[in-house]
Amino acid sequence: MKTDGAEVLSKTVTQDEAAILDAWNVALLEGTSLQSGRIREAELQTQVKTVFGQLRDALASGGLDADAAGFASLRETLADISRSRAIQGFTPTDTANFVFSLKEPIFDALKRMPDGDATALAAGVWAAGKVLDRLGLQTMEVFLASREEVIGRQGQEIAELSTPVVRLWDGILALPLIGTLDSARTGVVMENLLQAIVDEEAEIAIIDITGVPTVDTLVAQHLLKTVAAARLMGADCIVSGIRPQIAQTMVHLGVELNVVSKATLADAFAVALKRTGRKVVRQQASTEGRR
Amino acid sequence: MDRIPILKLGGALIVTIQVDMHDRLALALEEDLTAMIARTGARGVLIEISALEIVDSFIGRMLVSIAAVSRVLDAETVVAGMRPAVAITLVELGLELTGIKTALNVERGMALIQARLSDEDDGHGSDRDRHED
Repeated sequence: MKTDGAEVLSKTVTQDEAAILDAWNVALLEGTSLQSGRIREAELQTQVKTVFGQLRDALASGGLDADAAGFASLRETLADISRSRAIQGFTPTDTANFVFSLKEPIFDALKRMPDGDATALAAGVWAAGKVLDRLGLQTMEVFLASREEVIGRQGQEIAELSTPVVRLWDGILALPLIGTLDSARTGVVMENLLQAIVDEEAEIAIIDITGVPTVDTLVAQHLLKTVAAARLMGADCIVSGIRPQIAQTMVHLGVELNVVSKATLADAFAVALKRTGRKVVRQQASTEGRR
Repeated sequence: MDRIPILKLGGALIVTIQVDMHDRLALALEEDLTAMIARTGARGVLIEISALEIVDSFIGRMLVSIAAVSRVLDAETVVAGMRPAVAITLVELGLELTGIKTALNVERGMALIQARLSDEDDGHGSDRDRHED
């Protein structure tokens, strides 16, 4: 007679529930996840109970295929747990161990089976291994996906933070660019700048590229687009902070920026002040040189 | 069919576009504006588009051609109040409206036109050079 691993496993899990739960709890308490203080014991126990109950029901519904419909609620619970762990900053090992530490208690329970014949034991162990490995892998997948989501969001936040628009004077804006300009960032930069032009009623915008490491044809094109869009809004643009090496590279590459450009932000600001009919003068020529 | 009203203010014509521009409306505007410039001898045209939310390549091209026609009739076109989203769209479409003056709002646009008008009052010679750029 062929021994059905799934049946053996389901029976053991149902009959020996209390012992398995206790052993699993102990294994988890010994693990590092509690000691790091990121989760409370009560919360962990609730998770254990829910997961175990759903595992029992799923096994009872038949089959070992963790992708089957019977396992849907269990998969969902595990996904929730692993997502929250990814956000709480658990290590991947801790997260995977949550499922994998259930192996030993179940194997032990299988060994304690009253009608201990070797074939049934082997089949039960194989079935348990198969299900738990699959569930563990799914947990990891969700964990990694959540981490990537967090990283993606941070990247977006950095992109937004790194494109500030600064008001230098009435109607004069500065846009200090730091980092490489790609098309996604150019979009953010352009939107921020144009909105600021509207909000501040700016006449002149200074785009400072001191923090842009390289200027190739693509970056130049992005810059020109930004300048053109600002012009459409009725604001003039000045590009400043082109470093000597970059200026050389640009000329060698044949990149042309057909806009007013100045070496430093200070020079550009002086031009902007002049164009808006202002002038900076020393208060008293002789004193310590404060403007 | 609807038509966009054209207002005369001193030596300037003012057009405010407050509905979605569709192609026939744009063509009608070009025609009306040309006739109006010829009739009134206006020297400046202010097109106010702060209510214009949707712009396509055709509308962009219409603005350029309105400006070109006005220039032939010796009137300068100023586009005022373009929204950021519209500006980005036009740039992405490759329409940078070269040759058209732009202003942030009507006030500044009128200031540009007034500056040109008063320049001409001072002397016609200085204005010739500005047509070249």
